[in-house]
Amino acid sequence: QEKLDMSTYPVESIRNFSIIAHVDHGKSTLADRLLEITGTISKTDRNKQVLDKLQVERERGITVKAQSASLFYNHEGINYLLNLIDTPGHVDFSYEVSRSLSACQGVILVVDANEGIQAQTVANFYLAFEAQLSIIPVINKIDLKNADPERVEKQIEKLFDIPTDECIRISAKQGTNVEKVLQKVIEKIPPPQCNTADPLKALVFDSTFDHYRGVIANIALFGGEIAKGQKIVSAHTKKRYEVNEVGILTPNEQPTHKLYAGQVGYLIAGMKEVTEAQIGDTLFLYKQPVEPLPGFKSAKPMVFAGMYPIDQTEYNNLKSALERLTLNDSSVTVHRDSSLALGAGWRLGFLGLLHMEVFNQRLEQEYNMSVILTAPTVPYKAVLSSAKLIKEYGKDQITIINPAQFPDKLSVSEYLEPTVLGTIVTPHEYIGKIITLCQDRRAVQKDMLYIDENRVMLKYLFPLNEIVVDFYDALKSLSSGYASFDYEDAGYQSADLIKMDILLNGNPVEELATVIHNDKAYAAGKLLCERLKETIPRQLFEIAIQAAIGKKIIARETLKPYRKNVVAKCYGGDITRRMKLLRRQAEGKRLMRKIGNVEVPRDAFIRLLKRETDK
Amino acid sequence: YPQWPYCRKRCSYCNFNAYAVPAADEAALRACLVREARTLLRLSRVRSVTSVFFGGGTPSLASPGTIAAVLEAVAGAAHLPAGAEITLEANPSSTSTSSLAGFRAAGVNRLSIGVQSLDDAELRMLGREHTAAEAREAVEAARGLFPGRTSIDLLFGLPGQSRDAWAQRLEETLRLCDDHISLYQLTLERGTALAAQVREGALPAPPQDLLADMYQTARAVLVGSGFRHYEVSNFARKGALSTHNLSYWRADQYIGVGPGAHGRFVLRDEGGCRREARVQILEPLAWMREVQSHGHGTRSRAVLSPLEQLEELLSLGLRTDEGITHERWGHFSPQLSLQAVFGGPGEARALQQEGWLVLDSGGLRCTWAGLAVLDSLLPGLLWQLQR
Repeated sequence: QEKLDMSTYPVESIRNFSIIAHVDHGKSTLADRLLEITGTISKTDRNKQVLDKLQVERERGITVKAQSASLFYNHEGINYLLNLIDTPGHVDFSYEVSRSLSACQGVILVVDANEGIQAQTVANFYLAFEAQLSIIPVINKIDLKNADPERVEKQIEKLFDIPTDECIRISAKQGTNVEKVLQKVIEKIPPPQCNTADPLKALVFDSTFDHYRGVIANIALFGGEIAKGQKIVSAHTKKRYEVNEVGILTPNEQPTHKLYAGQVGYLIAGMKEVTEAQIGDTLFLYKQPVEPLPGFKSAKPMVFAGMYPIDQTEYNNLKSALERLTLNDSSVTVHRDSSLALGAGWRLGFLGLLHMEVFNQRLEQEYNMSVILTAPTVPYKAVLSSAKLIKEYGKDQITIINPAQFPDKLSVSEYLEPTVLGTIVTPHEYIGKIITLCQDRRAVQKDMLYIDENRVMLKYLFPLNEIVVDFYDALKSLSSGYASFDYEDAGYQSADLIKMDILLNGNPVEELATVIHNDKAYAAGKLLCERLKETIPRQLFEIAIQAAIGKKIIARETLKPYRKNVVAKCYGGDITRRMKLLRRQAEGKRLMRKIGNVEVPRDAFIRLLKRETDK
Repeated sequence: YPQWPYCRKRCSYCNFNAYAVPAADEAALRACLVREARTLLRLSRVRSVTSVFFGGGTPSLASPGTIAAVLEAVAGAAHLPAGAEITLEANPSSTSTSSLAGFRAAGVNRLSIGVQSLDDAELRMLGREHTAAEAREAVEAARGLFPGRTSIDLLFGLPGQSRDAWAQRLEETLRLCDDHISLYQLTLERGTALAAQVREGALPAPPQDLLADMYQTARAVLVGSGFRHYEVSNFARKGALSTHNLSYWRADQYIGVGPGAHGRFVLRDEGGCRREARVQILEPLAWMREVQSHGHGTRSRAVLSPLEQLEELLSLGLRTDEGITHERWGHFSPQLSLQAVFGGPGEARALQQEGWLVLDSGGLRCTWAGLAVLDSLLPGLLWQLQR
C-alpha cells in the first residue's frame, strides 16, 4: 500500500478540532457531511453516522468509541489538513471527551435549533472552555419546522458569552451552510502550537484492538515526529515498544511514512492489550523522556453490576467473551465474584449506565451471550475504627463492593457514599415535580437559575446510588422527555448506611443482603419481602419472610403452607403428562437452595436479583 | 381400555381427546376398535384380561352393539373371565338411560355416571347436557340394573361455590349414591372455555384455602358414611373398589384401544420383555385409516427403563391408601428394596418425621394428611429414587 507523505502539511496548515453537542443534536450527521465535502468519503445517501462503526452505536444513534478522521481541504489556494476528532456524546464518557479535546485547538459546538441548549451542551462547553479551545457555535436542524435559531443564539450569548453573529445556522442533514463551517474552522481555530524539532510527545486519546495487528492507538503529536522502527515508551506503564506502523485515519487506516507534530493519526507498536495504551497516556522516545501530558487518570467506574451466566455451564464461554470485549474497552473494570444463588460470575465496573447497557448489548450482539445482570451497586466506603480490621485490611479506609464485606457499626467511625453533582435543564413547568423527585432521592440543591424565559438549570448533589437505577427514566417520564441530565463525580460524603438482611423463617439469605441508606431501608425491605412472597413456591409449612437490620425486623410477609396439593385425576393419558412434570420438578430439586428448611429455586433468585428491565 | 372419542358437545372444563362432532360411521369405528383390540392383545400375548373400561368421550353414545362387538373380540383373543369388571362411562341424559339395559345385555356389569353436580345452575356453568333431576333418575336407573356396581363422578371447587353449597351437595349425594364415588377437584385446564372465563374475570377463581377445606370436609363426611378413601379422588364402601383403575395405580399392564388411548404393556410377541408406554393416534379418522392398513393405530411407543417404571410406580402407588407394598416394588426392583431406597437418611425419612409418609412392613404409603399434599412430596422422593 502506498504510504502518504505527511511532511507536505506544515503546522500552520493543520487544524485539530472536535465536534461537541448534546445527544441527538446532530454531531455525527455533521461529521458525515464534513467527510463528504472534503471528499474523504464519496457523497451517497448511505453516509449515515460513518464514524460510528459499532453496531450498537448505529442502532442507538450514539457514539461510543471516539474515532478520528483526517480531512484534506483546499481553501483559498492552501491545502489544509483538518483533523476531526469525534467524541463520545454521552455523560458517561466525559473523561474520553476531555482527552480528545486536549488533542484539539478548537471545537464546533452544535446546538439543535429547536431544543436549544441542553445539559450536555453545557457540560461539553465547559470542558472546551476550560481547555481554552476556540469555540465555533453552530445551530443545526434549521430545516425542521419548529426551529428557532434566533432564540438559541440568544441562549448561547447569555450562557456562554458568545456574540450571536458568530453563530452559523446549518442543516447537517441537507448540507446547508456546512461548507461555511469548514471555512470558519480554518479561520477561527488556531493551528497547533508545537514543533517537529522537539522530542516526541504523543497523547493517546483512544485505542482499539485488532486480532491480527494488536493494539491500534489513536495519537495526537504535541511535539517531534514518529515513524516506523522508532523505540517509544509509555509514560504510564513505563513499557518499551518498537513502532511497526503509523498513519492517519480517513476514516480507515492509511499508513504514512511519518507523523509530525500537530498531526493526528494512529500507531501500531506491538502492544498486546488495550491497557497498554490507556486513554490520556503520553508516549515518548526511548531515552528522551518528556513531561507527561496533564489530565491522565485511570478509568474510574461509577456504576457496578453483577454479571452471571444464565447457567454455570456457560461460565467459560462468558469468561472468554468478557475477555475479548474488554480488549477493546479498557474502561470496564472486571473483578471475579460469586453469588450463592447464581454461581461464579463477575462484578463489573462501568463509567455509567449507558456504558453498562451498551456493553451488555455488545455481549449479546457480538458474542451471542445472554447474561443475568444484577442490580447495580455503588462503591461505598467505611472508615475503620477497629484496630483489628485495620490490620487485616492493611489500611484504615476500605471500599465495600459486596454486602458480605460490610463492617459493623462498632468497627467503623464513618460510612461514606459516593456522590455526583447533577445538572438538570428543564422547561419551568416541571420544576416542582423535579424538585420533589430530587428530594426523594436524598439530593441537596446547589444551584438554580433561569437560562432563558422558559428554562431552568438545576444543580443538585446526589448520592450516586440514588441515580444509578432509574433516576434518568423517572426524570424523563415526569418531564415528558424535555428535561435533560448530566452529572460529574463529586467525591464522597458521610452517610447513614446499614446492611439489610433478608430472613426466611429466621435464617438469613445471604444472596439478598443489601447495603442501603437507613432512610430507604423500610421501603426497600417491604418491597423485597412482597416480591419474595410471590416468587418462593409454597411449601408444607408456613414461611416467615422478613427484612431486618441487625436484630430489628423492619418488614414482614407470611407465605402460607399448602393444605392441598395433589392432582385430581390420574388415569391413562394423564400419567405420561404427570410424569414429565414430576421429573422436571425433581430436576428442580437439584437446583434448590435450602435456607434452613425453606427451599428456594434458583430462578427465584434470578428474578429477585435481576435489574429491572424496563429500560 | 377402549376409547369412544365422541360427545354431543364439549363441556366447558373438558380438555380430553374428545370430539364434539356427529359420530363417524359407527360401523367403521366399531370394526376398527375390534381390529385394534385383537391386534394389540395378540402383540402382548396377554392370557387373561381382568377388567375392561369403556371411556371417552361419551361411551354411552355408542350403541350396545359396538360394546358387545368389542367384548367379543377381547374374549376371542384372550381369556375374559365371567366375573371380570366391565365398566361403561355414561352421561345421565334420557337416551342413555334407556339404553342401559341394552348395555347390560351386551356385557357391561359396572356403570360410571358423570353426574358432576346436583345443582342445575352449576351444571349449566359446567356446560353439562343434563339437569339435576335427570341425573338423579339416571343414578336410580343404574342402581337398579347394576346394584352395588354404580359409581358417581362429582366435581367440587367450582367457581363461586361456597362451603355451604358444597356441604349440601355432599349430603344430597350420600342420599343418592351407590357404593362408589369419584370426587374430583375441578381443574381449570388451559384452553378450556371455563378457564378463559375465570382468567378474564367473568367468574371468580376459587381460593386455595376453600378448596382445601372442601376436600377435607368431603373426606371426613364420606369416611363417616362408611366409605374407604382408597385413592386421592376415589371412595368405595362394601368393597366396591374399581378394579380397573387400581391396575393403573399398581402399575399393572393395560392396553389402550381407540383414538388417543394410552397403554402400558410388554410386547411378548416380539420376544420382548420390556414394558412400553404407548399412545394411539389421537384424531379418529386418522386413527381409523391406520388401523385399517396396519391392524393398529399406534402413534408412539417408548420402552420404559427400569428407573422410569419405578418412577411411575412410586408416583401412582402413593395415590392409594395402600401405597406400594414391598412385594409390588420387588416385582419392578428385585435388587433394590423400598427400604434400601427410602429407608436411610434423606427425603423419605424427613417426610416420615414430619408425618406425611409411612414406611413399614406394609410398604410405603402416605398418611391421611400426606395424601392431600402428595404432589409436594413426590419431587423430593423421585430425586431420592433417582440418586
